[in-house]
Amino acid sequence: MSEHDIKSETLGEPTRRDFLYLTTGMAGVVGAAAVAWPFIDQMRPDASTLALASIEVDVSALQPGMSLTAKWRGKPIFIRNRTEKEIEEAKAVQLAELKDPVARNANIAADAEATDIARSAGEGKENWIVMIGSCTHLGCVPLGQAGDFGGWFCPCHGSHYDTAGRIRKGPAPMNLAVPNFSFISDTVIKIG
Amino acid sequence: MSGHSSYEPSTGLEKWIDARLPLPRLMYDSFVAYPVPRNLNYAYTFGAMLSVMLIVQILTGVVLAMHYSAETTVAFNSVEKIMRDVNHGWLLRYMHANGASFFFIAVYLHIGRGLYYGSYKAPREILWILGVVIYLLMMATGFMGYVLPWGQMSFWGATVITGFFSAFPWVGEWIQQFLLGGFAVDNPTLNRFFSLHYLLPFMIAGVVVLHIWALHVTGQTNPTGVEVKTKTDTVPFTPYATLKDALGVSVFLMVYAWFIFYMPNYLGHPDNYIPANALKTPAHIVPEWYYLPFYAMLRAITFNIGPIDSKLGGVLVMFGSIIILFFLPWLDTSKVRSAVYRPWYKLFFWIFVANAIMLGWLGSRPAEGLYVVLSQLGTLYYFGFFIVIMPLLGLFETPRRIPNSITEAVLEKSGKAAASA
Repeated sequence: MSEHDIKSETLGEPTRRDFLYLTTGMAGVVGAAAVAWPFIDQMRPDASTLALASIEVDVSALQPGMSLTAKWRGKPIFIRNRTEKEIEEAKAVQLAELKDPVARNANIAADAEATDIARSAGEGKENWIVMIGSCTHLGCVPLGQAGDFGGWFCPCHGSHYDTAGRIRKGPAPMNLAVPNFSFISDTVIKIG
Repeated sequence: MSGHSSYEPSTGLEKWIDARLPLPRLMYDSFVAYPVPRNLNYAYTFGAMLSVMLIVQILTGVVLAMHYSAETTVAFNSVEKIMRDVNHGWLLRYMHANGASFFFIAVYLHIGRGLYYGSYKAPREILWILGVVIYLLMMATGFMGYVLPWGQMSFWGATVITGFFSAFPWVGEWIQQFLLGGFAVDNPTLNRFFSLHYLLPFMIAGVVVLHIWALHVTGQTNPTGVEVKTKTDTVPFTPYATLKDALGVSVFLMVYAWFIFYMPNYLGHPDNYIPANALKTPAHIVPEWYYLPFYAMLRAITFNIGPIDSKLGGVLVMFGSIIILFFLPWLDTSKVRSAVYRPWYKLFFWIFVANAIMLGWLGSRPAEGLYVVLSQLGTLYYFGFFIVIMPLLGLFETPRRIPNSITEAVLEKSGKAAASA
């Protein structure tokens, strides 16, 4: 230590060592954080998982009253060609009766009301409903055309969904999610 | 308790080692000369059983890992290969699967012993907290291990349990995807669970070392709850505790062997012999028996509590039921340790045990009708026991006369026995 440092130390002023201590400490903290991030980040969905972001499904074989289940991002996607009766039943429901009044449809506004048309594929294609078949409670796959409302019923913890996939009874907090999708022709749906 | 070391190296080699790394001295002082209360009963042998089970799980686990493949397309078949083709594979797998159950049987009895005799009270708070940490690590390890065979229960159990995290507002979905490594349970999930299932037992072993260290600083409690005062209150660990532990462990291992050889799938679920299918949920999902009480409490919350919806409420109650154990040393206000001298606490303790068993049974039932109501009552008592009964009992309960020392308690008891004989 120089004479100056010794003098500073005795006077209680910052020394060159204090400066080195602080800057080394800061470099250590920043370095540790920079090294920690890759270790944390590697846990998140990887590129190949994210690459499975869209699929195309041929629905030409689905007559009214028929459904199919496709797999998208590891989860089932319910595609149903609804009957007139199911659509009528869903339309008859007042919004005030719904546990979750939000449409949960990724294709329209985030705060859109959960009317039957907002849940379906839209004007002219109201018979089509496309949903992620993963119960909004804890992720089980609901059974189709079951439960108190003739829609879907989750056997795990007893959530009942109506014919528009809206939660009506049970522990699930939200309507079944409608993913981003579009008809790329009259018979092919692109999901994601 | 540790006091002065009484280890005296006799041979030249022992002296040579002792001057360089006194490990034999540490072992001698910890497991031979270490003084234990002279009145320990068999409730104090579960610690030894737990140590044995940890070793059994690590040994069988390491060899099973030599035959298992953590890849979704082959995982299920690799387990069946272990069962059918690998030499003694069936035995090693049944030892490991039932070993998990017996590990939990021992830990529940060990925790129950601690609750009954007030082992968590000052100065043993850190000892208790380390125990709760071990228990949490055991639960995480057991859960991830159950996912590895990649059967239907593996897959859907993983889906439901990681789904708990999606209940948290804003960050929930991010956490869930972080845990799964994707949007649903899939190959990345299986891979990381295998890696962590291999790692966590060694972390448990590390915390066990701290747990035993803390135990050897404060010394053991005993059925009277009176601290050791003089040398006549204690006996050396070897041969007294060693032999008692050995007998307890032997009987425990016999029951364990009975399960392995005669009813190896009794504690499992048949649905886990169906390969995982991401598109079909089993009709009735149940976790392993050792999580059932917590599962019942999760499902008991079917109503919203103010701004907290029923889903988040259930998750908070379930996590809370374990977190609350950390605060036990401060929730119990009674100065008296042992339930032997606490008539009211004793009563509430046994109701607590019966309630925990009832919750376990309810967890295995479907969530409907009367089962839900009973689960709600059970949950209420579970939390009431810790939050209301424990703090109040310390203020209102009149304890029985406590013996002045362990020796006095022992002599009183043997005197009574001699008089009645």
